[in-house]
Amino acid sequence: MKPPPLGQRPPVLDMSNVTKTFNGNVVALRDMNLSVNEGDFISLLGPSGCGKSTALRLIAGLSIPSSGRINWAGGQSENDLGVVFQEPTLMPWATVAQNVWLPFRLKGKSYASVKDDIMEALRLVGLEKFLEAYPRELSGGMKMRVSIARAMVTKPRLILMDEPFAALDEITRFRLNNDLLALKSKIGCTVIFVTHSVFESVFLSDRIVVMAARPGRVIREVQVDAPYPRSEEFRTSAEYAALCRQTSEALHDAMGEPA
Amino acid sequence: MSIAENQPLFDAEDLRRQRAARFDRFGKWLLPVAVMIALIWFWDRLVVWNEIPHFILPRPGLVLETLIKDWPMLFDALLVTLQITMMALAVAVIGGVGLAVAFTQSRLVEMSFYPYAVILQVTPVVSIAPLIFIYVDSRTAGLLICAWLVAFFPILANTTLGLNSADHNLRDLFRIYGATRWQTLRYLRLPSALPYFLGGLRIAGGLALIGAVVAEYVAGTGGIGSGLAFRILEAGYRLNIPRMFAALILIAVTGVVIFAGLSFLSHMLLRKWHESALKRET
Repeated sequence: MKPPPLGQRPPVLDMSNVTKTFNGNVVALRDMNLSVNEGDFISLLGPSGCGKSTALRLIAGLSIPSSGRINWAGGQSENDLGVVFQEPTLMPWATVAQNVWLPFRLKGKSYASVKDDIMEALRLVGLEKFLEAYPRELSGGMKMRVSIARAMVTKPRLILMDEPFAALDEITRFRLNNDLLALKSKIGCTVIFVTHSVFESVFLSDRIVVMAARPGRVIREVQVDAPYPRSEEFRTSAEYAALCRQTSEALHDAMGEPA
Repeated sequence: MSIAENQPLFDAEDLRRQRAARFDRFGKWLLPVAVMIALIWFWDRLVVWNEIPHFILPRPGLVLETLIKDWPMLFDALLVTLQITMMALAVAVIGGVGLAVAFTQSRLVEMSFYPYAVILQVTPVVSIAPLIFIYVDSRTAGLLICAWLVAFFPILANTTLGLNSADHNLRDLFRIYGATRWQTLRYLRLPSALPYFLGGLRIAGGLALIGAVVAEYVAGTGGIGSGLAFRILEAGYRLNIPRMFAALILIAVTGVVIFAGLSFLSHMLLRKWHESALKRET
């Protein structure tokens, strides 16, 4: 099923004029506006210090805006968020299944009552055979898959990903990029993805929010109109190359002076 | 030259590693035993060559004889000491973990009481013990308090450290999912603290024994129901040096057994997931 074009999908979240300062004078994020619609895959792209992680923490509710507003369409609910961090962030003392159970467990749901959801999530990331494994027995890429399964197991309204593949080798990263897109077209999740890789952002997103540092702010939005599902061929297409160049230029403008 | 399909191939490095592993496996046990036998033999010869009287330094054989002869009395004493040690350890675990949880749940409690926990720890127990025996009527309670004072701090300090070293991303995740304080403690902080707690427990086990023995020395009263330390004191007054050695051996063995038991417990609890309990392949 082809998702409806942008602007027609129901809204999920709206950030208006969100500013975050620390100690009153350090501006981490200035006047950010962003509207997220259902089924969006939005990348926040920028150099370090551009406030992309700050934006994510604000959306996650881990810190509050100094000014401006973040509105969830229809108000906040119990099941707004799933999060994937840069590290897999698994509990080493718990098995894969128990780790994926965590979001349910914290809502007071027994393992038996959500076993099917856990199995389904693990099958989607290709780890259905590793239910009883401990995180230490898994490779870096597999740990990340568990982390993704945990983020989506409750089918949250929005999944936040904070440079999830930055620490992986390129071969694993490419595979996980492909799998993430396959996953997205299967379950139609809404994602905000923080990255500092131009190529990754173009391959994954339908919108790229290019950000600049000092103070952290949004410079430009780049639309990526290539249809999903995107395959390995998209990586080598002229369209992809052109979009990468366009995004790189935007990022270059964002950097201003040489880094 | 090509490699035969089913033929295992070992190079010189593999062989060297295998030899080293074999040596480690036996050496770990054989060498300490050999050293012990040598020392005992040397001890025995020392006494014989210098004609040292047994009330100064008994021969090892005599010590063993005394250990067997006095076993009923020494074993009763051992049970008394062991009982105090174990009770002190149990109370130290409850008090140490309880206090650590209180500290990490409330900054107010931590700021108010932590300095006093340190003061209790750094004041030598020998200097507090006589006071305790003045104010506490029950001898058992007095011994217990002394042993507890020595044993609880490593548990408190380690558990506090462990509770605070829960992964900060996981803490954020728990917040995002709206976990309650109790859930965060139960599912995140306590499991994170387990390896640290077990490290503290191993130290505390030895310290509880030391605390119990030192307190018995200070308490110094005898009769039925007195521990190993008192038996050593008593034997010293009577110049019964072999019995002193026998009791000393019992205390040392007890300490080793406690340490080994707690190490085993720690290994069983952590073997599935913690770095410290994993064997590396290469």
